Amino acid sequence: MVADHEHSEPPLIRLEGVTKVYGTGEAATYALRGIDIRIGQGEFVAVMGSSGSGKSTCLNIVGCLDTPSSGSYLFRGTEVGKLTRNQRALLRRQYFGFVFQGYNLLSRTSALENVELPLIYRGVVRSKRRELAGKALAAVGLQGRETHSPAELSGGQQQRVAIARALVTEPDVLLADEPTGNLDTARSLEIMDLLTALNRDRGITIVIVTHENEMARYADRIINFVDGEVESDARHGEVA
Amino acid sequence: MLYNAFRLALHEIRRNVMRSLLTILGVVIGVAAVITMVTIGGGATVQVTEQIASLGTNLLIITPGQRMGMGQRAAAPPFEMDDVDAMGREIGAVAAIAPISSRPVTTIFGNANWSTTVMGTDNQYLKVGNWALEMGREFTDSELRAGGAVCILGATVRRELFGNQDALGSKIRLGKLSCQVIGSLHSKGQSTIGRDRDDAVLIPLRTFQRRLAGNQDIGLIQVSIQRGASTARAEQDIKELMRKRRHISASEDDDFTVMDLKDITKMLTGTTQVLTGLLGAVAAVSLLVGGIGIMNIMLVSVTERTREIGIRLAVGALEREVLTQFLVEAIVLSSFGGAAGVVLALVASVLAAKALSVPFVLNVGIVIVGFLFSVGVGVVFGYFPARKAARMDPIEALRHE
Repeated sequence: MVADHEHSEPPLIRLEGVTKVYGTGEAATYALRGIDIRIGQGEFVAVMGSSGSGKSTCLNIVGCLDTPSSGSYLFRGTEVGKLTRNQRALLRRQYFGFVFQGYNLLSRTSALENVELPLIYRGVVRSKRRELAGKALAAVGLQGRETHSPAELSGGQQQRVAIARALVTEPDVLLADEPTGNLDTARSLEIMDLLTALNRDRGITIVIVTHENEMARYADRIINFVDGEVESDARHGEVA
Repeated sequence: MLYNAFRLALHEIRRNVMRSLLTILGVVIGVAAVITMVTIGGGATVQVTEQIASLGTNLLIITPGQRMGMGQRAAAPPFEMDDVDAMGREIGAVAAIAPISSRPVTTIFGNANWSTTVMGTDNQYLKVGNWALEMGREFTDSELRAGGAVCILGATVRRELFGNQDALGSKIRLGKLSCQVIGSLHSKGQSTIGRDRDDAVLIPLRTFQRRLAGNQDIGLIQVSIQRGASTARAEQDIKELMRKRRHISASEDDDFTVMDLKDITKMLTGTTQVLTGLLGAVAAVSLLVGGIGIMNIMLVSVTERTREIGIRLAVGALEREVLTQFLVEAIVLSSFGGAAGVVLALVASVLAAKALSVPFVLNVGIVIVGFLFSVGVGVVFGYFPARKAARMDPIEALRHE
């Protein structure tokens, strides 16, 4: 198992000594205090920890939404910290899909148009966008709801739209920050089943942030954050 | 990308129809005001030019004193009859010379009275100014020489005193002077500066000098130059003659003014153009205010849509793409305003032209400039909010409530 970490091919995601500091001087607070994580292609990772432990910050850095204050983050061998805002946007566009806790759908915009959004920035033509977005919605079990606006959908359905939006570009990595945070247990388990299927069937690398053990159990690997540091990093079945 | 931004902008505007309408109102009014002002001003300029052209282009007006600027002149001795005679003798190419002295007077006939201007002159006045008699006759030589108590009425004065009655032969009072009406003039209507040219009474110059003014002064001299002759040449000759007659040494300036009607045309059109420019500038300020209104609403819109911007950035929108989206939205808004302003301006111009009895002259240039200006307002005032949107931090934007 350990040998897997030292794979000859460079890992998809490699964080080394990553810190994140907010504020300066005495007001400086450390969100991350030097973490080392490697995530390979096709892994399903759950990042756990209490609130303020730095798990969301870590996810934002992995998703190229944020940059480390120090340390190195290599994504596919590229040092993300040295990229410009626009270069990071291009990485997100190309390789990442995001699912947020609050769904973050465009209000007063149909489910189909919400899912189309990332494709617009990829320069996909309108008819092709419609087709891909329709397929993505079908993949999350929302066929027939294309014209509904978020307000007309339940929380679970909204989160499925958000997942469809993250999937529509066929990303290498799907990042989900508390994807089940606003849902009841039954809906949560549905969403987790959906994510598991995506990981298994499409080989999409998935990193979810959660504080619920029940959800984390779906992952192959659980990384535990405490106070900005990695407390444990264990594969399924291993003892933490 | 641009097409998408354009569609998004329309979508966003449709979503907030009322707010969009109120936002562009400032630009609508600004553009409409600029175009209307300039169009009406242009019409007025055309009108001035046309009216002066109808007077003839070969008229010189000589007045005592030197023009200091608009309406001001330095004091100087008036002219005398000898000056007029000398001009007639010594200036070539003169078609007619009319001496004129005038003052305000109240005319009375029966119960009717009318405040007007009485002008002492002679029959040459009719020739110089292209006046035709509607009724009656000109002054006779003996009336001119002896200062007879006779008068010729302008059309307005005749109408005000006599209405439809026959005025010929009636006696009217000009202040203290009682005189007999021997004729009346055809109407010429308003002058370029809005003065009613028919609002005058003509009496022999001698009568004016003896019975009203009590002096031998002549207020101004009108000279018409023969067709085909050079007015510039005549102007020069008159200047030289008058300098000699008024004993002005070579180092001194003229103490009289010779004005070519062409100069007056230039002056008046210049004045209207300055006024037009001024009004246009004031209107342009309102366009600026309209632009600030757009900026204000765009800033509100950017704040309101912070999460949307966060989502767009998170899924990989470039700064440039977010900037374009909001900039296009501002430009579409202001262009709608501009287009509506153009329509409003055309309607307002036609109505205002009618109300002010000024010809409606469509100035395509200012319509285009007005519209482009509104587009420019969108670019300038849309840029700041758009940049604010583009520079947002995606994480903070997503957290925004």
